[in-house]
Amino acid sequence: MKRLPERLESLLATLETLDRNDRIEMLVDVARRFRSVPERIAVRPYPKEHRVPGCESEAYVWAEPRPDGALTYYFAVENPQGISAMALAAILGDSLSGELLDEVAAVPADMVYRIFGRELSMGKSLGLMGMVNMVRAAAMQQLQSCVPKVDGK
Amino acid sequence: MSKAIDERGYSKAEVLVSTEWVQEHLKDPGLRIAESNEDPLLYGAEHIPGAVEIDWTRDLNDPVRRDYLDKPGFERLMRRIGATRDTTIVLYGDKNNWWATYAFWVLQLFGHTRAKIMDGGRLKWLKEKRPLSREVPKYHATEYEAPQRDEIRIRAFRTQVLKHVEQRLPLVDVRSPEEYRGERLHMPEYPNEGALRGGHIPGALSIPWGRAINQEDGTFKDAAELRKIYVEENKLRPGDDVIAYCRIGERSSHTWFVLTYLLGFSKVRNYDGSWTEWGNLVGVPIENPNFEGRREAAA
Repeated sequence: MKRLPERLESLLATLETLDRNDRIEMLVDVARRFRSVPERIAVRPYPKEHRVPGCESEAYVWAEPRPDGALTYYFAVENPQGISAMALAAILGDSLSGELLDEVAAVPADMVYRIFGRELSMGKSLGLMGMVNMVRAAAMQQLQSCVPKVDGK
Repeated sequence: MSKAIDERGYSKAEVLVSTEWVQEHLKDPGLRIAESNEDPLLYGAEHIPGAVEIDWTRDLNDPVRRDYLDKPGFERLMRRIGATRDTTIVLYGDKNNWWATYAFWVLQLFGHTRAKIMDGGRLKWLKEKRPLSREVPKYHATEYEAPQRDEIRIRAFRTQVLKHVEQRLPLVDVRSPEEYRGERLHMPEYPNEGALRGGHIPGALSIPWGRAINQEDGTFKDAAELRKIYVEENKLRPGDDVIAYCRIGERSSHTWFVLTYLLGFSKVRNYDGSWTEWGNLVGVPIENPNFEGRREAAA
């Protein structure tokens, strides 16, 4: 199993030391820091292909290549009550942008339970996992586009 | 704009309170305001001042078995939120009070009849820019003795549902029309929650729960509008023995609340096993219009 990108692992380790109330307080603060995708990347109405399937908070994901080949991840969360989605978007954007693509592509989607706890409803947790999966898919796609292609194969 | 609650013609209008009423009673010592959400961060972000949180998974469900909390668990919950048998619990939450009505239903399993729902829920309170707080209140623990959980009056189990089907008694499927028709195993925008078969319980009426809500402010429709949906269109009668179900019993507790308290139906039960149980049971009957033609062709 691939290791998690360092910033993400460090955040998860911190969250695991907190009790439920402190964890929620920290995640609420993280959600308040969330900044939506810059207009340079996307403007409303956001294209459907960037929408996270199954996410009731209407989350969208974009990935922008960096000069070093890694990606910067951007998000929008259209439901103003989608605070868990905002917290996750802020975490993914901060902790995965610029990280090695193979590590990002290997981040397990069920790490949302390490962030939010096991009390998530199945609908909520799978919606949040959909956000992680969109980021993983973007990293995977970028990774594949970097693999040198052999002519005719 | 919605009419005042007491002008809407509800059978038991006293179970609904307005956001204005709640704001006027924030310091009433006989009340405990409780928020119940699907999103675990919402309460922590901000809530009605003085409100406690009742988390639907952590506080209302057994952590091991698929079941609700037992009598000692319920007593611990009520002591923790500083409630006695005389305390009126006012519930509100996200998703048009889905989870609030679910918590309300659990309160009724333990006979805590002093309970109300704040009409319009969390969203209406926010839209009206009423006061909010991040402070988690602490209340003195109380003595609370609950009766045994009542499994008969308002809860239905699968064997009872099967008998209901055989007797052709009314069932209400409150899921989305796509789920009802078996075109999907989960509600739109929601992922699959593990049912192996799609469709609905034979004979069930399709009345999505959200039809009871005014979408603009999340309040309940008035009794005349509700009667039009449930009685005129779907031929349900207030004396009927009705079982409502959805996916895990949360949306159907909303419909249970509407039929029982707003329209005065005398016998409504919530089948909380719902489609995640029925759609996985071996050998139970299922109606799925997508398969009827194929079955006839095979025969």
